[in-house]
Amino acid sequence: MPLHWRPPVEILDAKTKDKLCFLDKVEPNATIGEIKSMFHKNHPQWYPARQSIRLDPKGKSLKDEDVLQHLPVGTTATFYFRDLGSQISWVTVFLTEYTGPLVIYLMFYFRVPFIYAPKYDFTTSKHWVVHLACMCHSFHYMKRLLETLFVHRFSHGTMPLRNIFKNCTYYWGFAAWMAYYINHPLYTPPIYGEQQIRLALILFLFCQIGNFSIHIALRNLRPPGSKTRKIPYPTKNPFTWIFLLVSCPNYTYELGSWLGFTLMTQCLPVAFFTLVGFIQMTVWAKGKHRSYLKEFRDYPPLRSPILPFIL
Amino acid sequence: MAATPAPGTSKGAHSDVTGRRKKGPGALATAYLVIYNVVMTAGWLVIAVGLVRAYLARGSYHGLYYSIEKPLKFFQTGAVLEVTTCARSWTDASLCVFCLVSVSLQVQSEDSVLLFVTAWTVTEIIRYSFYTFSLLNHLPYLIKWARYTFFFVLYPMGVTGELLTIYAALPHAQKTGLYSVTLPNKYNFSFDYHSFLIIVMVSYIPLFPQLYFHMVRQRKKVLGHTEDYSKVE
Repeated sequence: MPLHWRPPVEILDAKTKDKLCFLDKVEPNATIGEIKSMFHKNHPQWYPARQSIRLDPKGKSLKDEDVLQHLPVGTTATFYFRDLGSQISWVTVFLTEYTGPLVIYLMFYFRVPFIYAPKYDFTTSKHWVVHLACMCHSFHYMKRLLETLFVHRFSHGTMPLRNIFKNCTYYWGFAAWMAYYINHPLYTPPIYGEQQIRLALILFLFCQIGNFSIHIALRNLRPPGSKTRKIPYPTKNPFTWIFLLVSCPNYTYELGSWLGFTLMTQCLPVAFFTLVGFIQMTVWAKGKHRSYLKEFRDYPPLRSPILPFIL
Repeated sequence: MAATPAPGTSKGAHSDVTGRRKKGPGALATAYLVIYNVVMTAGWLVIAVGLVRAYLARGSYHGLYYSIEKPLKFFQTGAVLEVTTCARSWTDASLCVFCLVSVSLQVQSEDSVLLFVTAWTVTEIIRYSFYTFSLLNHLPYLIKWARYTFFFVLYPMGVTGELLTIYAALPHAQKTGLYSVTLPNKYNFSFDYHSFLIIVMVSYIPLFPQLYFHMVRQRKKVLGHTEDYSKVE
C-alpha cells in the first residue's frame, strides 16, 4: 500500500446497488462507526444506529469498531447499506416493558373499578398469600428497573422500534392475565397452605438473589463503555458458583423465581407465563452458549446452556 | 387442513416461505414426504368424490357434511403429521377451528360448513399435488398456476364459510357453556369459549388481509418471473 494511502469510500444500497454516498479521502484507520457518522451527514434521515454496513449485499453487518485498513477492500472501498428501520434504545424498551407490569398488577391488587364486580371495588383480598404475591411481583419488577438503570451494560445501543410493541404486549398482557386471577375475589389459595407458600417464597428469594448476583458478575466482566466479551467464571459469591455448570445462570435463576411464584400462587396463567418465558430463555441461552463456544477455544466443556447437564 | 381461522391457506402461505429456505432433503426424507403428500392428495380427492356423489344421491346440500364427516376428520387428524414434514409452519389453527366447530352438532348441517369444506378440499388437492410434484421435480405449470390463482376465490370462500360457521356456533356455545371453565377452582383459571370464539372472529380482520396479500405477492414472484427476464440490466 502506498505510504499516504487514503482510499475513497463508496456506499451502495444493498438492494438497488444505487450509489448513495461517495467519501473522497478517508483515513485508513477510520472505523466503521466514523464512516457511519460521515454517511449520516450526507443522509440525515439515516442516523448511525439504523445503518447496517456490510462488505457484501447479503453479508453480515460490520461492527462499529472495525477499522477500514483491516478490511478486505480494494483501492476504492465499496460498502453496502441496509436501513434497519427506526431504532429505539434498549434502555427505553426495558424501562417501558417493566414499568407496565408493575403498575398493572397493582391496579388489579387494589381492585380498581371496572375489573371485578362493583361491590369489590377498592376492597382487599382476605388471603395473606395474595398480599405476599403482590410484594414479590412488585419487588421483581422494581429490581428489573433498577438493574436496567444501574447494572446492565448493553452490547447494542438500540433495537428496531417495532420490538417495543411486541415486548410490551407480552409483558403487559401476561401481567394483566396473572394479576386478574391472583387478585380475584374468588381466588383459591394453595392446597398445601402455609408449607407450600413458605417453600415457594424461599425458592423465589433464593433465585432473585442468585439472578442479581449473576447480573453483577456479568457487569464486572466488562469495563464501563466497553463492548468486550469474556468468559464468566465463579466469584467469591456462592450464588455465582453455578457458572461451573451453566453458561447463562441468570436465566436459570429467572426460571427458578417464576417457578417459585407459580407454586406460591397456584395459578395456571402464572404457570403458562413461566413456561413461555422458559422456552424463550432456552432459545437465548443456546444462542449465547454457541457464541461462547465459537469465540473461545478454551470454553469450559462441563457447562450446559441453561439447565445443568440437561439443556 | 388448509384454511386457518385466520385466513384461507395461511399454512400454505407460510410453507412457501419455509419451503424455499429449506435445502433439498435426503432420499429417505424425500420418499417419506412424497408418500405423505400423495396420501393427502388421495384423501382429499376421496372427500371431494364423496361430496359429489352424496349430492347427486340426495339432490340437495342438506346434511351433505355427514357423508364426508368420517374421512374429513380422519384426514384432519392425519394432517397433524404435517408437523413431521418440517417444511410447514406450526400455525395450524385451522385444525383447531375445525375441531372446535365440528363438535357443535347443531352446526353440522349448516351450509356454511359445506362452504369452507368445499373451499378447503379444492385447495388441499391442489396444494398436496403441488408439493408431491415439486418433490419429484416434475411440476406441471398448470398445477403451479392453479395453486397461485385459485386462492383468489377459495380464500374468501373458505374464510366466509368459517366465519359463518363460528357465528352459528355462538348461541350453542353460550347456552351450554361448552369447553368453559369458571371460578372458583384450585388452578385459579377460567376460560369462556363463547368469548374466545368472538376473539377468533375478530382476529380474522388483521390476519386475513395479511395472508391474502402475501399470496398475491408470492404469485407475482412465482408466476411473474417471465416478465423479469425482459428487464435488461
